[in-house]
Amino acid sequence: MRHVISVSVDNEPGVLSRVTGLFSGRGFNIESLCVAPTIDPDVSHITLVTAGNEMIIEQIIKQLRKLINVIKVVDLTATEHVEREMALVKVKAEDRQRAEVLRIADIFRCRVVDVSPATYTLEITGTTEKLNAVLGLLKSIGIQEVVRSGSLAIQRSRKD
Amino acid sequence: MKMTGSQIFLKCLEREGVKHIFGFPGGVVLDIYDELTRTPFIKHILVRHEQGAAHAADGYARASGKVGVCLVTSGPGATNTVSGIASAYMDSIPIVVFTGQVPTPLIGNDAFQEVDIVGITRPCTKHNYLVKDVKDLARIIHEAFHIARTGRPGPVLVDLPKDVIQGVTTPKFPEQIRIKSYNPNYHANPKQIKKALELILKAQRPVIYAGGGVILSKASEELTKFAEALQIPVTTTLMGLGGFPAPHSLWLGMLGMHGTYYANMSVHHCDVLIAVGSRFDDRVTGKIEEFAPHAKIIHIDIDPTSISKNVVVDIPIVGDCQDALSQLNALAAEHLPRELSQAHRAWLAQIDQWKREHPLTYDRNSGELKPQFVVEKLYELTQGNAIISTEVGQNQMWAAQFYPIRNPNRWLSSGGLGCMGYGFPAALGAQVACPDDIVIDIAGDGSIQMNIQEMATAVEYDLPVKVAILNNGFLGMVRQWQQLFYERRYSFTPMVSPDFVKLAEAYGALGLRAEKPSEVEAVIREALNTRKPVLMDFRVASEECVLPMVPAGAPMHKMLLT
Ligand SMILES: Cc1ncc(C[n+]2csc(CCOP(=O)(O)OP(=O)(O)O)c2C)c(N)n1
Repeated sequence: MRHVISVSVDNEPGVLSRVTGLFSGRGFNIESLCVAPTIDPDVSHITLVTAGNEMIIEQIIKQLRKLINVIKVVDLTATEHVEREMALVKVKAEDRQRAEVLRIADIFRCRVVDVSPATYTLEITGTTEKLNAVLGLLKSIGIQEVVRSGSLAIQRSRKD
Repeated sequence: MKMTGSQIFLKCLEREGVKHIFGFPGGVVLDIYDELTRTPFIKHILVRHEQGAAHAADGYARASGKVGVCLVTSGPGATNTVSGIASAYMDSIPIVVFTGQVPTPLIGNDAFQEVDIVGITRPCTKHNYLVKDVKDLARIIHEAFHIARTGRPGPVLVDLPKDVIQGVTTPKFPEQIRIKSYNPNYHANPKQIKKALELILKAQRPVIYAGGGVILSKASEELTKFAEALQIPVTTTLMGLGGFPAPHSLWLGMLGMHGTYYANMSVHHCDVLIAVGSRFDDRVTGKIEEFAPHAKIIHIDIDPTSISKNVVVDIPIVGDCQDALSQLNALAAEHLPRELSQAHRAWLAQIDQWKREHPLTYDRNSGELKPQFVVEKLYELTQGNAIISTEVGQNQMWAAQFYPIRNPNRWLSSGGLGCMGYGFPAALGAQVACPDDIVIDIAGDGSIQMNIQEMATAVEYDLPVKVAILNNGFLGMVRQWQQLFYERRYSFTPMVSPDFVKLAEAYGALGLRAEKPSEVEAVIREALNTRKPVLMDFRVASEECVLPMVPAGAPMHKMLLT
């Protein structure tokens, strides 16, 4: 099963490689990985998407906690959380397809971030499923290039 | 007060109580070596190969229970330590390895003797550091020692660029080490302990399966007390030897691939298995799906990642083995004295029968010089009091089988990595730590040649280690697999060796040889009576196999006995 894991780490060189080295060395898979500093400049945050059975996910979490530079690990899958991913996609758009691309962009609230006579570049934000849906539609029109950020996720606050 | 990096380095070692370091100099660590000449409280032992330094530090740590230290130069000096670090990592041995590094402005430029040793050793150290600023040096060194010795111990590497070593600062030596993301949990959860004891008290066929964690947490007394109080038979892993006072009526010997028949049968048939500081290694479990198939499993370990990694356990207990066992003992005391159930008594009787049916044995009447006989004689003539290190292969298994280890920290073997060449330098480290003890490396003719150069170290520093080579003319353990599973096609396992007696003499050590059973005793006696390093060349039967054997991938109760 797919799990979204949130990891806080020391913001130091080499720390990311400890994390990815753990995954490659132990044969765990990484579907996506997003890293950036937090408001505390000494701490970086990693959102990591992985998959595996319960025993493997438990190992992944325990192994991550064992790394000296890892401060906190939360399996967001087990909690209420918000997940977002972004994609930039360059779509072929000529003649009547230009309108079609814009219509799709409008329906899914994408932003047009670059325009050329033959292409549109769209910014899509949303859940991974939404991204997959939009990219599926655009594919039939003709995608030239797509880059995705990988998932970012944050725990929902308690409402009471 | 202003100090140089070298001075800070040595001051930190002094504050850590370090008395010995194993090392080998080179360009970038010249300043430290220079400072060493003015540092009377540390004795530096010059090895002949940096792998030897790492293994010696490991042997020192295992025999003394303290952190072992080594110091090497950058590039090849650093890479030469990697096998030693990996071996210490697999066996959770606390060592700190200091490597020199090129000056920080040159890092990344493929400078002369530059290697990314922090990158190379990331997966085989508990943690490692590149020191970038002399101001961080004292803190990092003390953190390194702290990390190496606490929690589940392990090797830590500290990479020291030349400009950091030469840098000058007024150091702040921390009184206490606090690392925000590192707080190993020593105290076992009392609720889990209670659950575990309830299960144990109800057990009809309990067995304890102890590992190296018992040695590392100094838990062998608590373990023995617990086993005796509740009359639970004990088997240990290779790493756990010495954690239970062998021989003993409850002692089952080692389990696993070359474990005893009765240890493996006991584990296979038990209804409650109490794993203490062990990690369900594949050499122990055999076919994992059929490991202890009838048992509820209790697992005590300080490392949460060890628990439910290979085998799902019923009662996990995260904590120090000593803490957990002393809680168990305290709780068990309320139920003592206790009459053993009928079923429990039948279980002990069954085990005794297994012991009688298939004891560890070999053909004593062949007239040949058998390797097992040599080990038995070593045991007899040292009254079981020596510190034993081993190389890897058949020699290691025969040592484990035929030299019962009574006390912790008296058995040094590269268990997890199975690193040939470990035993001799490790024995030197142990001899440095325990100068008054007899230290014997039980070796094979193949393994001993992997670090034989350390004989010069032994002679130079007057370390009277005894090496007993079980010389079968083969890479014996590999040959055994070829013999059993590859129809005796001995591909590159017959091995030509030097004349070990002459070799010993060339180094200035004593060389002795025995070719017949009748010569063994005199050779060992002479070795034990010599205050020098000794190489004993025992020309043993060449095609002897280590038995019993659980073939790779087979369940544990399916052993080859002959
Ligand atoms: C560094 C290293 N290389 C290779 C091996 C594989 N190996 C395991 S046992 C063994 C044979 C060891 O031969 P020897 O030291 O003569 O001991 P014996 O088994 O004959 O007692 C070998 C090659 C190893 N364990 N370590």
